[in-house]
Amino acid sequence: MVYLTRKAEFSASHYYHNPEFTAEENQRLFGKCNNPNGHGHNYTLEVTVKGNVDPRSGFVVDLKQLKEVLNREVLDALDHRFLNKEVPEFFTRIPTTENLAIAIWQRLAPKLQKAQLHRVRVYETPDLFVDFYGEA
Amino acid sequence: MKAHLTRRYMFSASHRLHSDEMSDAENTATYGKCNNPYGHGHNYALEVTVSGPVDERTGMVCNLVELDEFVQRKILERFDHENLNMLTEFAQAVPTTENLCTTIYDILQRGFQPAHLDKVRLEETMMNSFEYAGD
Repeated sequence: MVYLTRKAEFSASHYYHNPEFTAEENQRLFGKCNNPNGHGHNYTLEVTVKGNVDPRSGFVVDLKQLKEVLNREVLDALDHRFLNKEVPEFFTRIPTTENLAIAIWQRLAPKLQKAQLHRVRVYETPDLFVDFYGEA
Repeated sequence: MKAHLTRRYMFSASHRLHSDEMSDAENTATYGKCNNPYGHGHNYALEVTVSGPVDERTGMVCNLVELDEFVQRKILERFDHENLNMLTEFAQAVPTTENLCTTIYDILQRGFQPAHLDKVRLEETMMNSFEYAGD
């Protein structure tokens, strides 16, 4: 089993708000992230797939195909978007880094051929990242 | 669904690697330049990984403010700009990055309640890093 990681970057804006909470609760819980006009990050995404090395090609996965899926399913949808307003997952879920990692996993996992998704890592900043392994 | 969140912090501290149980020659042989009696310093990078189910109401594994406050109060304020050899934790133990890593893990493990502690990763320099998950 060999693991291959592909890195990508996207920039997006978001804000944290739960309509079930009062304005005060939202402010207390989410602080500056609660600003309804949103704020942005340069996100770094690391997608790790795993599989056996194909004896004919020497590849775990066709990187070209992985890049295409990544661009189509994730980057085209998220890059330079306001996540709360433009990405359907976040119409109801709060676009935290945790939920972003889960959403990216859910977008990629069914589209990948051969290689199996192992981990989605999303850096919101160089000092904060979330790993999702598809765990229930 | 379960996610793993990692937060990175920086602190700077000095130390000297020296064991009273060893002769001077052994100390020099074991620790080399790190045995310099005047000590030396590093910019440490600390990564704390916690995990748990993502709260549906907040979208979070744990509130980052709580983790930051805990690390600030219990770790950074204790170790940043200090000589590690002078601290009670290292009165007996040599302040290697291995021992510092497990010490920090224990502080988090004992005191931080909001999420499960997965592991602590500590970079002494860009070339050296240590991980401890309580094993």
